[in-house]
Amino acid sequence: MMFEQKTEIIFNKNVALKTFLLGIRSQEIAAHAIPGQFVMLRIGKGPDPLLRRPFSISGTRDQDLVLILYKVVGKGTALLQEKRAGEGLSVLGPLGRGFGLPDDEQVPLLVAGGIGVAPLFFLAQTIHTTNTQIMMGFGSSNEIIPVDVMGDFKIQYSISTDDGTHGHGGLVTELLATSLEKHTWHPSSLSLFSCGPKPMLKRVAEMALEHHIPCQVSIEAVMACGMGACQGCVVRSGSHETQTYQYVCKDGPVFFSHQIDWNQP
Amino acid sequence: MNHISDLRVKIGPLGLKNPVIAASGTFGYGLEFEPLLDLNLLGAFIVKGISLSPRQGNPPPRIVETPCGMLNAIGLANIGLEVFLRDKLPRLKNLDTHVIVNIYGHSVDEYGELANALKGVDGISAVEVNISCPNVAEGGMAFGTDPQVSAKVTEKVVQNTDKPVIVKLSPNVTDIRLIARAVEDAGAHAVSLINTLTGMAVDIDKRIPKLANISGGLSGPAIRPVALYMVHQVVRTVKIPVIGMGGIMDCRDALEFLIAGARAVQVGTANFVNPTATVDIISGLREYCDEQGIEDINEIIGSLLLECR
Repeated sequence: MMFEQKTEIIFNKNVALKTFLLGIRSQEIAAHAIPGQFVMLRIGKGPDPLLRRPFSISGTRDQDLVLILYKVVGKGTALLQEKRAGEGLSVLGPLGRGFGLPDDEQVPLLVAGGIGVAPLFFLAQTIHTTNTQIMMGFGSSNEIIPVDVMGDFKIQYSISTDDGTHGHGGLVTELLATSLEKHTWHPSSLSLFSCGPKPMLKRVAEMALEHHIPCQVSIEAVMACGMGACQGCVVRSGSHETQTYQYVCKDGPVFFSHQIDWNQP
Repeated sequence: MNHISDLRVKIGPLGLKNPVIAASGTFGYGLEFEPLLDLNLLGAFIVKGISLSPRQGNPPPRIVETPCGMLNAIGLANIGLEVFLRDKLPRLKNLDTHVIVNIYGHSVDEYGELANALKGVDGISAVEVNISCPNVAEGGMAFGTDPQVSAKVTEKVVQNTDKPVIVKLSPNVTDIRLIARAVEDAGAHAVSLINTLTGMAVDIDKRIPKLANISGGLSGPAIRPVALYMVHQVVRTVKIPVIGMGGIMDCRDALEFLIAGARAVQVGTANFVNPTATVDIISGLREYCDEQGIEDINEIIGSLLLECR
């Protein structure tokens, strides 16, 4: 089920350095979206910027509110941050394949790098078990996205910052390593979910392989349409002999980490 | 409004219910857009370019946005002729619109083989011959930049098919009229233009091309004036119908091409931005005709005034 709609912006608020939480009204998308799926937003009114931009869905609220966490990184997001409540926004979605949810017995471990928290918050909201743990890495303390920004949900969390201004000083993958060492979980009782910069995802994928933990990652790609028509958003999968391209928009954006060829440029 | 304007146009032997066609490479196999629009409303749609064997396409990044446009270097990724005929076509057969198949070969003979394989196949209304893809190493645009080779490919396809043949022209030439005339003489029933303009973009931080393929094809509103002038030139050169395309986003853009003499238009990049662009343009054309009291859209086609400025 996908919809193309002119929605109303309910809020668009600053929640951390260059980071915003956008709330748009769409009963249909809120009802059909699953964690890991995304929407394409048409930010510009005219021909520049021309293309829609993909954004992970970060959650839903009150049956008709779709939440989108985003970071200002370029022309499109710079324009988006200027939009105010009451303005209209053309939305296409929900799109793509989302996360497979963990079993009731599994402990969900969520690993996020920066704005990579976006789809994982939605996942945590949906799983809604008290043993969900999220590890979040940010550059510095002013970039930290508070977990309660999405509303009230119970989750155990730990934070790392690159510059050591908050929590663990270093990489979020170090938090994951410590966590995997410290606990006596059986690998089959764990389920990893991750989203963030590629080097981080690559490291998470390696650790999942070492510890035999199933790991799903949400991948980012430049795309024009979001619905399988432009064929622009490919990611290499498989080994060298069986190498093939998968489309991030419709085969993903969520993949099992072992499906991806992490050595591609 | 009491009267309903007639939007029907003819592309050689092919009658379209309206002059709006979804362009190859921007509309998947049509099915992708079915959840958002009624395909039966379209004049026609052209499926992603098909080759004899499946193609994986180019490595990423394949697309990059540029001012008022985008560069793509998909590399003709497609499922191949066999899978298309087996898996996709049966789902398109019952549509009340024309399905046009875009074909791409590595050699003149391959074009002939593809045309032959589509001969007599039910549910395919016409063949569009891609002699202008800028993004593949072997052939592609090379066919479309030489009048003699363009003619050879056209002749081969015409000999091997029972369907109307549209030849899609490249703008990456010194004089597009020479190619248009050559394919007309070789038996093409229509020409469509323009395919994308070759271009590139550079990442100044990494000092690398933004596309893995280095160059790509520029599309979108950025190329519209170039496309429009080429259509204008070709309309005055050949007698066969001209299908215009290049950065058409809305009804007003489509009208520019029709007034310049295009018998129909193709809508490409706009499908990515606004998935219902094609049907929005059709209703826009209907409204325009109603408002202007135009009963038949053919009254607009080629109505460009040149003398009374």
